[in-house]
This record gives sequence, C-alpha cells and structure tokens, in this order.
Amino acid sequence: MKSILCFVLALVCGPAIGQELSIALSTPITSLDPHFHNLSPNNGMSKHFFDPLVKQDEQQNLKPGLAESWRAVDDTTWEFKLRKGVKWHDGTEFTAADVIATFKRVPNVPNSPSSLSIYTRPIKEAIAADKYTLRLKTERPYPLLPNDLSGIQIIPKKVAETAKTEDFNSGKAMIGTGPYRFVEYVSGDRVVMAVNDKYWGPRPAFAKVRFRMIANSAARVAALLAGDVSMIEGVPTTDIEKLAKDARVRIASAVSNRIIYLHLDSGRARNSPFVTDLAGKPLEANPLRDPRVRKAISKMIDRDAIVSRIMEGQAKPAGQLLPETFFGTSKRLKPEKYDPEGAKKLLAAAGYPNGFGLTLHTPNNRYINDEKVAQAVAQFLTRGGIPTRVDAMPSAVFFSRGSKLEFSMLLAGWGAETGENSSPLRSLLATFDAAAGMGPSNRGRFSDAGVDALLSSALTTIDDTKRGLILAAATEKAVGELQGLVPLHYEVSSWAMRKGLSYKARADQYTFAFEVSPAK
Amino acid sequence: MPAFILRRLAQTLLVLLVTSALVFGGLYLVGNPVEILVNPAADEIEKARAAAALGLDRPVLEQYWIFLKGAASGDLGRSFVFGRPALEVILERMPATLELAFLAMVMSVGIGIPLGLYAGLYPDRFSSKAIMAGSILGFSLPTFWVGLLLIMLFAVQLGWLPSTGRGPTEEVLGIQISILNIAGLRYALLPSLNLALFKLSLIIRLTRAQVREQVLLDYIRFARAKGLPRARVIGVHLLKNIMIPLVTVIGLELGSVIAFAIVTESIFAWPGMGKLVIDSMFQLDRPVVVAYLLVVVLMFTLINLAVDILYAALDPRVRLDGSRA
Repeated sequence: MKSILCFVLALVCGPAIGQELSIALSTPITSLDPHFHNLSPNNGMSKHFFDPLVKQDEQQNLKPGLAESWRAVDDTTWEFKLRKGVKWHDGTEFTAADVIATFKRVPNVPNSPSSLSIYTRPIKEAIAADKYTLRLKTERPYPLLPNDLSGIQIIPKKVAETAKTEDFNSGKAMIGTGPYRFVEYVSGDRVVMAVNDKYWGPRPAFAKVRFRMIANSAARVAALLAGDVSMIEGVPTTDIEKLAKDARVRIASAVSNRIIYLHLDSGRARNSPFVTDLAGKPLEANPLRDPRVRKAISKMIDRDAIVSRIMEGQAKPAGQLLPETFFGTSKRLKPEKYDPEGAKKLLAAAGYPNGFGLTLHTPNNRYINDEKVAQAVAQFLTRGGIPTRVDAMPSAVFFSRGSKLEFSMLLAGWGAETGENSSPLRSLLATFDAAAGMGPSNRGRFSDAGVDALLSSALTTIDDTKRGLILAAATEKAVGELQGLVPLHYEVSSWAMRKGLSYKARADQYTFAFEVSPAK
Repeated sequence: MPAFILRRLAQTLLVLLVTSALVFGGLYLVGNPVEILVNPAADEIEKARAAAALGLDRPVLEQYWIFLKGAASGDLGRSFVFGRPALEVILERMPATLELAFLAMVMSVGIGIPLGLYAGLYPDRFSSKAIMAGSILGFSLPTFWVGLLLIMLFAVQLGWLPSTGRGPTEEVLGIQISILNIAGLRYALLPSLNLALFKLSLIIRLTRAQVREQVLLDYIRFARAKGLPRARVIGVHLLKNIMIPLVTVIGLELGSVIAFAIVTESIFAWPGMGKLVIDSMFQLDRPVVVAYLLVVVLMFTLINLAVDILYAALDPRVRLDGSRA
C-alpha cells in the first residue's frame, strides 16, 4: 500500500525545487564549442562553463570577468590585469598565455558558419607582459575592445591549440573557469551541468542545472505549469497575463536591447521596387528618399496602440536605437507622437498630398509578433494616405532578399550585443561600405556624410564621456533629424518561473542559471 | 524475385538522384544561408569568410557536383549549422523518431484492428457506433491541438505524465533507446498516442469496412457451414483476407509516421529527426535537409519493397517475377 502511495505521489507531484534547477530554453544550441558559431543561444550557454575577460551585468554595463581591471595605456594599447589564482576545471592555473591562445584560435575554427573574429580582428598584437598582464595593440584607437571582448569565452591554452569542435560537444574539451562544469549534452534535447566548487566568483545557488530545449512556446508554458521545468525563457505575449495571475508562477521582465524598426529605401534615386502610384503602377520617383516623407510615415504610426494591443504590453515605444538607460543614447529623443494631421502636412510639403502605394516586407518567424506588428503598421500607413500591403515570409527568405535590396520598406530588429549605441549606428545607419565593414545591415542604404563623420570620430574616441556625447549627437542627427530608420518599439523579454525562484531579468535576453536564486 | 528486387533498387537510385537535385536547387533559390547563419553584426569580410568556409562561394552547379562526388562515397556533406557530417546528425536523431513511430504503430494496430473487427462484426451495437464516431474525431482533429490538449490534461491538470521531452535512455547495440524502461515509457506515452491517433482511426475504419464486406462472401459462409469454430473463422479465414489492404495502408502510414512526425515532435519537444529538419529548413542548412530527404526516400522505398514481399506471403496469387503487375 505504502509503495503504491509513493508511486502515485511521485507521478502526481512535480519535481520539487531543490538542489537541481531545470530551465527550458526556446532555441536549441548548435554546438558547445564557444568559438564555433556566434549565435546567442550558444554564447549564453558557453558562459556557464567559460568566462570572458570582461562580463556584462543585467543592464549590459561592463564588469570584471577574468580581467580584474583594464585601461587604455595609450591610444592604441589596452592593458588588462588578469585575475590571480583562478583555476581551470582540471585544476591548472589560468594565465595570460591562455588568453593569447584563445585569441589565436578564434578566427581559425574550421567550418564555422559565423566566427567571433569580428571581435578579435582589431587586435594587431597580443603580448603577455607577465603572467597576469596582457597588452593588446590595435591598428587604430579602438575604444570598444572591452565591450567586444565580453563576447569571447577564454579556454585553456592546451585546449585552444588542439581541440576540435567535436571535442567540445563530447565534453572532452569542456574545461573552463566558469561557475558550472560540464556533465552531459544531448544535441537538440538537453545540457546538464554541475556547480564548480572552486569558482572564483559568487557561488551559484543550484548545485545541478538541466537545460532543456523546448522550441514550441505553448509546450514550454505547459512544461512550467506541469512542474517539469522550474523556469522558462521567451514567455509568449499571449500567456503573460494568465501566468501573472497564476499563484504558482512568477514573472520577470526587462526592456531588452532589441529595437524593432522600419528601414525605408533611402538609397535609390528612382524606381524603388515596391513604390507605386495610387493605381498600383510603378512610380519612377522615390518619395522615400525625402526625409519629410520618412518623418510623415513615423508620425502616422500609433506606437502606444501597437504596444498595448499587439504586444500586450510586452514592448516599449521607441524614439531611438536603444532604450535611454544604455550608453551613448540621446536624452532628447522621444518616441514620435501619433500625429496624422502633421503627417499629412509633411506629405503635402514633400509633393505627395495624395500619397502613394507601398509594400512592407517582414519576416514572420523572427521577432515577437513580427507579422502582426507589420499588419498594424500597414493599416496606420493606409489610413494616413499611403496604401500599404504586407508581404510576410520566413526569415530564411527575408534576410537574403533584404540584403539584395529587393525591398522598399522592411520591418526588422536589432539587438545591441555590445550594450552601447555604436552597435546599431554602425550596422544600420552608417553608409554601406563592404571593405571598411560599415553598415552591414543597412538595408535601407541610408547615407549621410555628417552621421558618418560623427560615428567614425566616436569609434576612435577612447574617452567614455566624450564618446557617449558624440554617439548621442550622431543618433539625434540620423534618427531624429533625418529619420534614417523609423523606430517602432523595444521588445520586452520575459521569464516565468515557479514561485520560490527569482531571476534578474536581463536586457541582453540571456538566461543564466548562475543568476537564478531562491526568492527572498 | 532477385531480379525484381534489383530493378526496384535501381529505380530507387534514380529517385534519390532526382530528389537531391530538386532539393538542392530549391533551397538554393530560397535564400543565401550565410545571411541567416552569420551574426547580424558580421560585416562583409566575415560573410565572405563564412561563405568560403561552407563552400558557398562556388557556383551552384559546382557545389552540386561536389555533393554528388561525396555522395557516391557515402559522404552527404557537412551540416552548416552543426559543423558535423549531415548523415551523422540525422542518424543520431533517428532512434528517437523510430521508437516514437514504433510505439505509435503498435498502438494503432494493436487497438485499431480489434476495435475495427468488433465494429464490423457487430455493426448495430451502440458501442460499435461509439467507436466509429470516435474514429471520426480521431482523424479530423488537428494533431497540434490534440497534442496540447493531451499535455494540458495529463501533465498540467492531472500531473500523471511528464509534459515534454524524452526520458532516460539506455544503450542497446550502440543505439540510445528510451522506451525499454518505465521512466522512458512515461515520456513516450503522450507523444506516441498523439502520433497514433490518426492512424488508429484510419485502421479502425478500414478494418470495419473490410470485415463488413468479407463476412458476406461465400468462403465465410462455407467455413461456417463446415462447422468451424467461430474463433477460427474470424481469426484465420477472415483476418487473413482483410490483411492485404491493411498491410498496404500500414506500410504507407509507417513511412509517413517516421517522416512526418514533425508536429508531434515539436509540441512534445521530442528530439527526433522531424524537429531537426524543420530547424534545418529555417536555417537553410542544406546538407541536413538534402540528407534527410534522401534518407526518407530510401526508407519509403524499402518499406514498399517489404510490403510487396509481404503481399506474396499473404496472397499466393501475387507473384514477384515482375512480368505481371
């Protein structure tokens, strides 16, 4: 009888929150090799096992990691003082030689679909002045090096020199300095880890962690409610309200570093592919080149309505490229007010009193409610005098076509990994220049010499205060004045967990088991 | 018979070639994988490096030629996303899908044929009508909805079974199997039931229709008149004769259960091939998609071959010399 009761209880009661923590992720990782694929889920996972020199806190401010401190010795030299007495998971000591070997491996990982070399490329030379002092020389002044290095996980020299990607996946090469040690990885299913008792930083609250990959969001919520996992990321907006009322669940949210925006074809002088007259015939002139038209489009959109109705409150109206709390943002730019009258006047002043036709292209599986947001934008534009169609497609098709400049207006998003404002400015609004690596995602081909000049001066200004002001000025010019893109909203990212747990919601959308703690 | 099998295999080879060309060309037209795979912050220099690393900087015909050359020696290319041989990535996920398909087929045959027999033998009983009504629900409700319903009922409300995922596995002949222990079976129960529902309904209806048709035929009457026990009439004479259409359908369905368990796998976060191939399509991971479809085509042809051979065993009139259809 007793055994039957136990059996029933075991079936009925979900696993209690104890020493083991189980978390459901929304996107599977593709590899455990920290340098194989520069992809958010991979980067987030590897930070459990490895540490970067510089870490980011939940608001993406820099804080010491394996480096205790850093400073610019001169314009082209950064000096990092490394933490002493840090031990690898195999017991050997961490030194500057490991860092140098890591930097050497990063650009040379075979078959890498997206390498981290974009972060190490500015480094011309890496010198170990002694075991705990690292000097990095750059070609030009490069103020963002500490931000960039927060994306590179350091591995031991002997691993860096010999290990292949397979060795990380099998666990053989999983020797880090991080808060957790590798236990098990089943591709597409789970990653299991155990606490590193000798960790140099604060000890994580849970001794064992099991990450599960549950891509379907309804299934993720069900797994949380059933008690199969104690925390999930990527809570679907439609379930937030229900979960917030559930006594078993607690929600943590934060405004993320991801902006959703419209890029308008401001590059082509004529024959933009999806600009038509009101009868639907191609229009030779390109009205989108006129900043007044772009401003008018911005004024036609009721951002508050999109945020409350479509995003269910899980977003914040945007007036620039990053929320104001981030480095290098403008204090003056506010979300554009919904002003259909003002928009009409601007359209008339630009010579289009009766409007014109447009198509808005959008991915339908990339951002939170992306297609629905695009539909709403198109309706606002249509009401404002620019009849707009929506063409939604999977991101696999969307980004290829977008980069080939096949669209006139597109909806996309940008997450600032570096946690400061030069990241979106440089990728989305700098004049496209393949050789210089500028404007890689500038799919509207916005180009303004003034903005470029401000940006290039910011990118070589080591002094933080000065650089912040220049970046703010560049944003005011590119977004506020010239409307190089139309900001819509910042996504809010949410986590849901069983009562009894707490998580400091992060702006960079990472889910870190070592930052989950029992609720106070 | 050997000639028949040989010719079948030759046909298969041709089908494989055509499939690979179609998929290769199709995915090439969809988009450029580099745009999806690289980090958004990557500049043109990094995109060029990635394209070269993945072999995407060559003309598409040359890429296909390289693929064919590799395929001839059993190498179907390396996954862009995982950096591992595509075939290895697929075979690693295969046991999970196969065990789900196996359980689903066992359920649908094991429950479907008896229920169908019953409904066919006693068509006027209320319980038979209930079975038939249930079977209509079974194949008209959408799989993803039923799946979520099963999770909400058995995992969230009742808490009897785990909601998602695959249970602990054990190694059998080098393959990871999860359905050989109770803990693993608890995980597999809901997804395989979800997967089985459609086939189950199909088999019930098919069996019933066959039974209704066959019980009126002379050989059954004759067997009865001869005084054979009822169990033998049903169990041997009737069952053997209704099996031929059933075997065809079960064979086809087995293939589709394996190949198209996608919906069930993603709802139950079951780490099988279906989930893999969906992710691979979205990421334009061409080697995996091509290899997957080749594996599936091969599987379908082999199942069909097995079905044809079974026919011959069940029905002595069928000859496999190929001279007659």
